[in-house]
Amino acid sequence: MFDLSGKTALVTGATGGIGGEIARALHKQGATIGVSGTRKEKLDALAAELGERVHVLPCNLSEPEEVNQLVADAEKAMGGLDILINNAGLTRDTLAMRMKDDDWEKVLEVNLTAAFRLSRAAIKGMMKRKWGRIINISSVVAQTGNAGQANYISSKAGLIGLSKGLATEVASRNITVNCVAPGFIETAMTDALNDKQRAATLARVPAERLGTPGEIAACVAFLASEEAGYVTGHTLHANGGMAMV
Amino acid sequence: MSDNDIGQRVKKIVVEHLGVDDAKVTDEASFIDDLGADSLDTVELVMAFEEEFGCEIPDDAAEKIVTVKDAVNFIQEHAG
Ligand SMILES: NC(=O)c1ccc[n+]([C@@H]2O[C@H](COP(=O)([O-])OP(=O)(O)OC[C@H]3O[C@@H](n4cnc5c(N)ncnc54)[C@H](OP(=O)(O)O)[C@@H]3O)[C@@H](O)[C@H]2O)c1
Repeated sequence: MFDLSGKTALVTGATGGIGGEIARALHKQGATIGVSGTRKEKLDALAAELGERVHVLPCNLSEPEEVNQLVADAEKAMGGLDILINNAGLTRDTLAMRMKDDDWEKVLEVNLTAAFRLSRAAIKGMMKRKWGRIINISSVVAQTGNAGQANYISSKAGLIGLSKGLATEVASRNITVNCVAPGFIETAMTDALNDKQRAATLARVPAERLGTPGEIAACVAFLASEEAGYVTGHTLHANGGMAMV
Repeated sequence: MSDNDIGQRVKKIVVEHLGVDDAKVTDEASFIDDLGADSLDTVELVMAFEEEFGCEIPDDAAEKIVTVKDAVNFIQEHAG
């Protein structure tokens, strides 16, 4: 089940904790993958680790021209693009009253606008091949809210809206568009929490532990598969019960 | 390319993409009103024309391609 042999996939944010695991999971299922991010050495290291069927495609998602080129580069490198994973994301946390326009714009640009631009470009080829999967990495906070993250939450809720709009437009062409919304996941970001912060975080999670990047990657692998073909416009929550929606 | 040749190729693409009877694909036929295309079909048709004739059809021009004849005319003027 969930075999991706012969499929091609592009993963943004593949230099990060979750994106790296998504790349590994899709590769393990047999897909040829394109890994993207700004830190080229990290991408090269991932490619060296995985061996064959990996293409390194650096791109700064804050630069519209680079973004508009990325899908074309991926299609050229891999001979097409069947699966697009919009995983790259960043935070610029601060209370809304102190939030600068630049904090707002930067986060929306990378987290939401780049996902739209990449999807717009990818859909063309997917329509021609009458098969496609787009998976956007949202967040539990899009559902629950959180102080200090008005920009980030807007971008993550925006991805859910984007997915629903796109999903409706392209469903008849065998293209699905979904989100995965992680809760608290063990990554460099959560490693930085002190014991007190960690305990406070876990008190909100019925599973009493953080999730792993692998558990998010597994959700993505499922949504990317042939078997998930009837799931579209959906948000798959993986949060240990923190928000049951 | 002769006009006739372009016309035949355009019609063939329309028949294949929309699954309509070729008798219905007249010069005056509107993709949406007469041939049952939806907006996504029209985008696909434009992509298919671009591929077949090796020309680029910009979005603002694509919006004006409403009938079979519109498509033929555009391609006549722009295909190399
Ligand atoms: N960790 C969690 O608990 C958690 C919870 C919910 C949602 N998420 C979401 O999951 C996704 C992955 O998060 P993560 O925890 O793996 O974070 P991470 O380790 O910080 O990774 C973020 C990724 O985004 C990329 N990125 C940031 N700005 C970019 C830009 N301008 N251009 C290109 N790439 C850019 C980074 O690439 P470079 O460093 O190479 O630029 C990096 O690969 C994010 O969308 C995040 O919002 C995470």
